[in-house]
Amino acid sequence: MSKKLSKSIRFIGLGFLEPLIHLIQGKETRKNLILVLKKIIAPLASFVLFMGVWQTGAQLLYNKEADYRIEKARTEQGDEAAIKMKECIISGDVSCQPNTLPSPAQVKVSFFKLIEDHKIIRQDKKDFKEKTASLNQKRIADGKEAITYTGRPSFVDQIITSIKTVFAGFLLAILIAVPIGIIIGLSETLRDSFNWLIQIFKPVSPVVWLLLVFMIVKTVTKDSNTDSAFIISFISVGLCSMWATLVNTTMGVATVDQDFLNVAKVLKLGSFQKVFKIILPSSLPLIFTGLRITLSVAWMVLIAIELLAQSPGLGSFVWEEFQNGANDSNSKIIVAMFVIGIIGFLLDRIMLTIQKLISFNKNEGN
Amino acid sequence: MAYLELKNVQKSYGQGIGSQSVLQDINLEIEEGEFVAIVGFSGSGKTTLINLISGLQEPSSGEILFKGTPVSGTSHERGVIFQNYSLLPWLTVYQNVWIAVKETFPKKSKKERDDMVRSYLDMVNLSPAIDKRPKELSGGMKQRVAVARTLAMDPEMILMDEPLGALDALTRGKLQDEILHIWEKNKRTALLITNDVDEGIYMADRIIPLLPGPNATLGPEFKIDISRPRDKTELNDNPEFKKIRNEIIEYLMKIGHENDSSNESLYLLPDLEPKDLRWDFSSKLKLS
Repeated sequence: MSKKLSKSIRFIGLGFLEPLIHLIQGKETRKNLILVLKKIIAPLASFVLFMGVWQTGAQLLYNKEADYRIEKARTEQGDEAAIKMKECIISGDVSCQPNTLPSPAQVKVSFFKLIEDHKIIRQDKKDFKEKTASLNQKRIADGKEAITYTGRPSFVDQIITSIKTVFAGFLLAILIAVPIGIIIGLSETLRDSFNWLIQIFKPVSPVVWLLLVFMIVKTVTKDSNTDSAFIISFISVGLCSMWATLVNTTMGVATVDQDFLNVAKVLKLGSFQKVFKIILPSSLPLIFTGLRITLSVAWMVLIAIELLAQSPGLGSFVWEEFQNGANDSNSKIIVAMFVIGIIGFLLDRIMLTIQKLISFNKNEGN
Repeated sequence: MAYLELKNVQKSYGQGIGSQSVLQDINLEIEEGEFVAIVGFSGSGKTTLINLISGLQEPSSGEILFKGTPVSGTSHERGVIFQNYSLLPWLTVYQNVWIAVKETFPKKSKKERDDMVRSYLDMVNLSPAIDKRPKELSGGMKQRVAVARTLAMDPEMILMDEPLGALDALTRGKLQDEILHIWEKNKRTALLITNDVDEGIYMADRIIPLLPGPNATLGPEFKIDISRPRDKTELNDNPEFKKIRNEIIEYLMKIGHENDSSNESLYLLPDLEPKDLRWDFSSKLKLS
């Protein structure tokens, strides 16, 4: 395999396939066989193991729930009802299915159902737009507000809303935490005087932040009809997650290498120049470490906050499905769980890449 | 009056009972255009001395006069080449030098500054590496950037804190020649701190040993009357070189020995012999 090919494979994150390709080409069979076992077979085995545990667990829970239902029917309505119930469960009828941890297969079905549902809703929206296009034009010309689609959002819409909320919150966290961190980091007096505040507010639970934000935003937006649910949730996300950035920025600015400060002194840089040419660049790696933690915390608390604030998004999707209690609700919740996990992982990966790009080794200048 | 003058300079860290004196009774005079080397053991306060002269630190007592006026804070007139290069890793080679030029000559035009940066980098043979970052450079190249950065500020006095300590012998020799060349060309005043006696003799007009700390102070000076330009290979056969080298090393060894023996105390060892406590299998077996 040419170097270029292996480089591009590694670049797109499929580097683990490299030994397999080597093996197929018959190069260094023994070494590549071990590599294939290590990098491909072992992770695959762990996946199979995971699925196995899930499947058996789901099966056990299913059986227990089914037995309970049959037994209940027997004690309450007699043997005949019990047999009927058993037949009903075996037939797979929706009305009498035990409601418990869904199996992998059910989750897969739900996933495709959600996708299908999204397609339907998208089509519906498109039709609605076409239908109301001429009417809306008229309304706008008359100075009235246009009619908008008010149907329920699809699963994909919820994901997009969640991502929007998390980025709004993340942006807010950056805007608050980075400047304050720099200012506090530069002055020991400020650091000492604000330390208590940071230490006390840092461990406060997201739920309490939400309530606090709710108190304030509710009053502020009293006389306007803006969408306060979105505002509340993104401000809460920002406030919960900004602490890691704040602490890291302060740390980074406060602990700039003495060598760099000596350079600033010898060059006689002004204080403005010193901050922007020496202190900020040298603390960027720590700031980005903080931002990475902030983004992952933001994504984690977002779900809880959406769930409580009734603001649209994955959190409220999960909560609505749980309240809904339909036959496939549980498997939809599991689908959401995987989606949340995968998006969180991707966000972290993006931040890691940016962090790698801007970071430098502290000893590189020496 | 001397160009640089240190009068009874004393520096201690900490306060009260816990304070530790690093330098004491430092008296030094350097004339304009002179090249002085200070040779000392590691940990004898050499870096502190450079920091005091450059203005990075203030003496606890005593006076440092530069051209007759007391030193307060750093100045572009005294350039420092740091021991650990202290390049800014987020800037390229060009930018590292450029930032110094920009600060020292704020009135020059962009073009003039650019020319200056390029000519100094060319002087230390770094033109091909102009857009590289410090992490891509070898130790010798990094030190050359540091040299270029300091010289680009066109200081009247160059302070060097073991600038070549971490380099291999070949690179070291080359950079010594480069620094000497620049010093001779512009007739600046230079103070070199080093732990290498040969380097001091090769480069300096005078060598002053810094006696080991704590309470380090300067020893008697050794004048080096070897005509310039000096040739490294011939120097080894030069009788004057041999004489001075032996004198200095002898002096340093004597001082070092005195310092060691003053700390030495006699320990009385207890008259004990180890006892073998291992299980004696043979005797146990016989018993059973």
